[in-house]
Amino acid sequence: MRRILSIVASRLLQLLIMVSVLSFVTFGLMKFTPGDPIRDLLKVDDVIATKADEEKLKKEYGFDQPILVQYGHWILNVMQFDLGESIISKRPVMEMILSRLPATIALTIGGMVVLFLIAIPFGTLGAAYEARWPDFISRWLAMLGASIPSFWLGLLLIYFFSLKLNLLPVMGKGTLAHFVLPSITLGIAMAPMYIRLLRERLISTLQSSYIEAARARGLSKERILFFHALRGSLIPLITMFGLSIGSLLGGITVIEILFSWPGMGELIVNSVKQRDYPVIQGYILIVGFLVVITNLIVDLLYLVVNPQIKQGKESV
Amino acid sequence: MVPVLMKDITFKLLRDPTMRTGIFLAVFLVGGTVLGGMLVPHDPFQINMNNRLQGASFEHWLGTDQLGRDVFSRIVYGAKLTIGLSIFAIMIAVIIGVPIGLFTGFIGGKIDAFLMRIVDGILSFPDFILAIAIAGMLGPNLTNVILAIVLVRWIVYARVVRGLVLAEKEKEYVLVSKVSFSSTFKTIRMHLLPQVIPDIIVMAAIDVGKVILLISAFSYIGIGAQPPIPEWGAMLNEGRTYFQVVPSLMIYPGLAIMLIVLCCNLLGDGLKNYFDIRKRRG
Repeated sequence: MRRILSIVASRLLQLLIMVSVLSFVTFGLMKFTPGDPIRDLLKVDDVIATKADEEKLKKEYGFDQPILVQYGHWILNVMQFDLGESIISKRPVMEMILSRLPATIALTIGGMVVLFLIAIPFGTLGAAYEARWPDFISRWLAMLGASIPSFWLGLLLIYFFSLKLNLLPVMGKGTLAHFVLPSITLGIAMAPMYIRLLRERLISTLQSSYIEAARARGLSKERILFFHALRGSLIPLITMFGLSIGSLLGGITVIEILFSWPGMGELIVNSVKQRDYPVIQGYILIVGFLVVITNLIVDLLYLVVNPQIKQGKESV
Repeated sequence: MVPVLMKDITFKLLRDPTMRTGIFLAVFLVGGTVLGGMLVPHDPFQINMNNRLQGASFEHWLGTDQLGRDVFSRIVYGAKLTIGLSIFAIMIAVIIGVPIGLFTGFIGGKIDAFLMRIVDGILSFPDFILAIAIAGMLGPNLTNVILAIVLVRWIVYARVVRGLVLAEKEKEYVLVSKVSFSSTFKTIRMHLLPQVIPDIIVMAAIDVGKVILLISAFSYIGIGAQPPIPEWGAMLNEGRTYFQVVPSLMIYPGLAIMLIVLCCNLLGDGLKNYFDIRKRRG
């Protein structure tokens, strides 16, 4: 129990440091930026801006106050779960982002399914036939997968499966068919590091003493591989998921834009283009929160699947 | 002496199949670019509406785009731009990050512990989204994307170098240097810096590829390079509506990105084998 509490406390501290540093940096950058959102806003509305209009709006959004005061106000509001409202749409930022969350989570799950369908077979093949041709193929696939830009891969998939073969819808969200291409793109983009990790883990597991013992008992090669070695090697993949949740949230942004998938990534990119500062600030906060919470869950899961840690033998 | 050494290094480099593939790919890409530039020189910005969406020909090796511009020379121009910017961004990140990592790691103490807490907090945040946010605050264009990348990447170098220094500084030769009244600066420069250089070279080689992917992704989603700059991601974005008619507009810029990044990854992995990094670190 003490162990659990200390994990939770250290993750909360991480969240606090991460979010306060990052939000301060972005606030500072906003101050240094040439041009300001107010003038951009007036431009969007197609109004001829007068100095008075500008001053009035600035006052309304608090942009006339010193940066530290603005930052303080923002922090105080955040503590009451209020992220302010969008400059462009006037809707509450919290509501805007959270309404996009389910679509992003759905795509994440789809991507993870594809990821494991790719990573487990190829990682296992690579380890089982180390330094032979299946290993060669799996290593080259991982290398190519790490080099291919995900948006280009998505474009190729759209071209072949939607435009040429007419099998799947091009973009948008709705039916299950809309899920297929974005999930495949995300899965392939994330797979290479998992293939490499699983292969390395399996190779070292296959050399360990309990596998030796299983071999000595005369168990078949396949049985050892799938029932003994693979099970032990899947645990590091859970940690990997925690570590890669950040790059997943980044990579998913591009894929959401490509497929017009109405998730958080699409929202943030559009907000960046319109320089909708409150949304960008709120997004940083929510992403930080998601990353830390995911890692907290991974930490706790790890305690469950790996009892050695629970007994305090971390180094084992 | 020197020619023999060079031959020795070349031999050792070429023995590794990964490195060999990487070098061949690099030679092929550079050769093709130079040759093409000499044989069929075109202005990558020259619009020619009578000549739009042409297929590949002897005059236009990869055809022309929706505004009649030569795709090959645009890709070549984009190569110089993207590769140059990536190397530049990584160099700045190295110049800022490595000294900070060396000093904080070597001196240690409370400041080091405090800084690393902050650094770890920032590093667990997705760099892509941080770069989006920074570019968003500063305004979406290529310069700000590079700035955002540098702001994020230097931290990674500082962190890695610090880790290496922590492992290295307890070793006897560093202690000897310390007790023989060498200054901190001298100890770091003479003993620790040479130890971390191979790791930095490997990391930088792979990072150049990563930054190329990042720049092109930013440009593709419309917050990096803006048209008419022939950045590969921007080219893909610009030609999006014509893909169904002229698929080559989609194929070539993407292929260029993939080959260059593949080249960086191969060279990085090859260098890792060459410097024997895993074995050295145990």
